[in-house]
Amino acid sequence: MSKEFLIIIFSAILVDNFVLSKFMGICSFLGVSKNLKTAMGMSGAVVCVMLVASAITWPIQHFLLNPLKLGYLQTLVFILVIAALVQMIEMIMKKSMPPLHKALGIYLPLITTNCAVLGVTILNINQNYTFAESMVNALGAGIGFTLSLFLFSGVRSRIDKADVPEALKGLPITLISASLVAVSFLGFKGLVENLFGG
Amino acid sequence: MSENKMKDVTYRSPDERLAEKKSKYTPKYIFLNGVLFENPALRLVLGTCPLLAVTISAKSSLFMGLAVLFVLTASEAIISLLRNVIPNKVRIPAFITIIATFVTIVQMLISAYFPALNESLGIYIPLIVVNCILLARAETFASKQKVLPSILDGFSMGTGFTLALLLMGSIREILGCGTFFDMKLPLFGSVFEPMMFFMLPPGGFFVFGICICLVQMIMKKQEKHSSGKGTSPCGTSSPSDCLSCAGCNLCKGKEE
Repeated sequence: MSKEFLIIIFSAILVDNFVLSKFMGICSFLGVSKNLKTAMGMSGAVVCVMLVASAITWPIQHFLLNPLKLGYLQTLVFILVIAALVQMIEMIMKKSMPPLHKALGIYLPLITTNCAVLGVTILNINQNYTFAESMVNALGAGIGFTLSLFLFSGVRSRIDKADVPEALKGLPITLISASLVAVSFLGFKGLVENLFGG
Repeated sequence: MSENKMKDVTYRSPDERLAEKKSKYTPKYIFLNGVLFENPALRLVLGTCPLLAVTISAKSSLFMGLAVLFVLTASEAIISLLRNVIPNKVRIPAFITIIATFVTIVQMLISAYFPALNESLGIYIPLIVVNCILLARAETFASKQKVLPSILDGFSMGTGFTLALLLMGSIREILGCGTFFDMKLPLFGSVFEPMMFFMLPPGGFFVFGICICLVQMIMKKQEKHSSGKGTSPCGTSSPSDCLSCAGCNLCKGKEE
């Protein structure tokens, strides 16, 4: 049982990293990775929302949409739930945890349009995960997002100081270095099979 | 006659000039704007998620582009029709609901008629909902303009996005697989060894980076000829600034 959890979490963090191999959350990946502090703030907010969103959408799908044969409403319901959830988390944080709200608050509105959150909730359903497995998957996806943002903000601070050819300045060089970071993540392919004999 | 001429020469205030610019939304301007000047993928750099994920083959990129084209045109039409009905405060959830409805329609159509395609595009079809292009266009264009221009805008933005997807898909499929629309290409001969790199995720980032670099170079040359005005919907001049906020005007609205 715990082995399955380990497989899910390792593949979500390293092998199928949400940003670098599934391309989810690229907008925020490129947008907020300019410095480490904002990158960590954004990742913290994403991890929170991913966990809560998975915890809410899984029961909705299995106890509401499936019995009523409304599976086709999945996309519509999930995105609205996430949008409402983000708003609610923001209000709760503002009221009860002002320091945390100060740190993460400005990133919360942007998360609604972050495809990683919607992506992880839909993947949980598509992969037929149990409730516990989807929570683990959400945690892994969040950690994977954080890891890639953390690594990439380091790379970007080096690019700022580097002498980049005129034509590649700005976005192109950022994308090409993202490509190199993704190459390094290719090295984790086969990790899960080797570790757990899957 | 002479009076008319006089009027043309007189000084116009910035506001008047802005109004003049707005009336410039001729069909031709909207179309070129969507396909070239403000190409959503290569100029505004919106909707990068499907752009990088599905462009492993020309075929899947074409279908993804068409799906976005349909959703964009239909949702812009509906949003434009409802622009005076939707209260300003809940406009974003309302836009998302409309967009999600059309995405659901596309999802059902594809799984009914093209099951193989459903397999390859997979999760990226429902993810059209959170594609920044849709919300950005709803916010900046459809919620302010009449129905016909909105439909045209959706169509041209969608076409621009489809063309960009097709460009990237073709590059990646030709170099990574040696095929084009699943057809074997004779032009490389038997010595050509397909480069797996382009089919893998890093190849997507790489090709996208090169494409944007080329477009920026071309645009810079253009701008030198005519002091061009290629501003993004955020009002920022460079596309990379636009990136810092997913869904552009969402956050702009928050700040105000």
